[in-house]
Amino acid sequence: MKSIKFNRELCDFCGTCVGVCPHDAIELLESDLRITDKCTLCMNCVYICPVRALEELDEG
Amino acid sequence: MKDKYNIIVVGAGPSGTTTARFAALSGASVLILEKDREVGIPVRCAEGVGDKGLRSVVDINPNWIAQKISGVSLYSPSGMEVTLATNEVGYVLNRKQFDAGLAELAAKSGAEIKTKAYVYDLLHENGRVSGVKMKHLGKEYQLKADIVIGADGVESRVGRWAGMKTRTPMRDMETCAQVTAQNINIRDDYIHLYFSQKIAPRGYLWIFPKGDGLANVGLGISGEVSRNKSPFEYLEEFLNEHFPQAAILTTVAGGVPCAMELEKIVMDGLMLVGDAAHQVNPVSGGGIVNGMVAGKIAGQVAGNALKEGDVSEKRLKEYVKLWQKAEGKKNKIFYKLKEFVYNMSDEDLDETARLILHNPKERRTILQLFKTALLKKPSLIVDAIKVFT
Repeated sequence: MKSIKFNRELCDFCGTCVGVCPHDAIELLESDLRITDKCTLCMNCVYICPVRALEELDEG
Repeated sequence: MKDKYNIIVVGAGPSGTTTARFAALSGASVLILEKDREVGIPVRCAEGVGDKGLRSVVDINPNWIAQKISGVSLYSPSGMEVTLATNEVGYVLNRKQFDAGLAELAAKSGAEIKTKAYVYDLLHENGRVSGVKMKHLGKEYQLKADIVIGADGVESRVGRWAGMKTRTPMRDMETCAQVTAQNINIRDDYIHLYFSQKIAPRGYLWIFPKGDGLANVGLGISGEVSRNKSPFEYLEEFLNEHFPQAAILTTVAGGVPCAMELEKIVMDGLMLVGDAAHQVNPVSGGGIVNGMVAGKIAGQVAGNALKEGDVSEKRLKEYVKLWQKAEGKKNKIFYKLKEFVYNMSDEDLDETARLILHNPKERRTILQLFKTALLKKPSLIVDAIKVFT
């Protein structure tokens, strides 16, 4: 099962991931980020994140 | 805060506050909503602007300026330096003061501003946008507006909620890393740009001095090549090699939509400005002045449309027409040039530097540079002439 892990301590809250998300599945506040159930796991956000705060997990 | 305004602007960057200023000056009631707690912070920007462009949209306050710039040096992959012949003056700003100053000007013109105000959706009525849904200090609000302005930057969600296609393609998103550092010993009345697929693939690296050894050093790389190596890894390598003595004071990340302009930036009761409308110059990634030029036009058109009682897409399209005339048409050409220049091999970049250095100093203009770089793609030379003369 794939998923995306958000590492709050790495995030700069810059919004680059939001700009490339094809499904408007990322909610970004001043110091919080949530991936909503609209996410299709395309991983664009993981690949673009300048600080690598989003991580692709593949478990089980 | 009231529950209804003529205009609600989402985002208090330079594009949003400039739109608000000109709309308020025309007599509209205006509310600016900013999700962060303070306007101008954090600074996600290299902070460079041209004097002429900036002067066309605001009286420049000397407190905004960190460093006056009178020249540009470009560096090829093998380290050849090409100093461009230019008479243009520019500035490296203190964006924090600059953004706050622009917000104050908007406020003085009559606009209200609310920070920590998170817009999370639009209101619709009779099939058109009629306001925003917003959270502020734990409470939810529904605020009505005749016109909503999306100035929400690279995220550009306001447009998406209205059904516009504002997403930036991966290849056009420059994912960026920047430090503000001391001990950057380099000529400080020049900006310095490094082009190399090794230093910053499908992008470039910049050094924008802020005076007395302080400088913004940053780079952007295309989202197409950022999967295996992040912009911060590239930046660290560059600093280690070129400025090992750098003392880093601030680190910041960000994305710049170096994309084709959006086909649709207005709808009934809705307008997009700035990065949200992909109005960035795709070659330079510069968006401050463009966003403010668009903001001035958008604010004035919105103000006039309100006076006439017609905020339909058809009426608001005057903004698109005027923007196209001002900068939009040029941006289409800049996009074509970007597609070529950002994909040049290091060999071709070095060859371009070698050739341009054969010219006498006064002939090393930006146009001459592009003409030289485009020798392998002569069909674009006409385009370069259009934007650089």
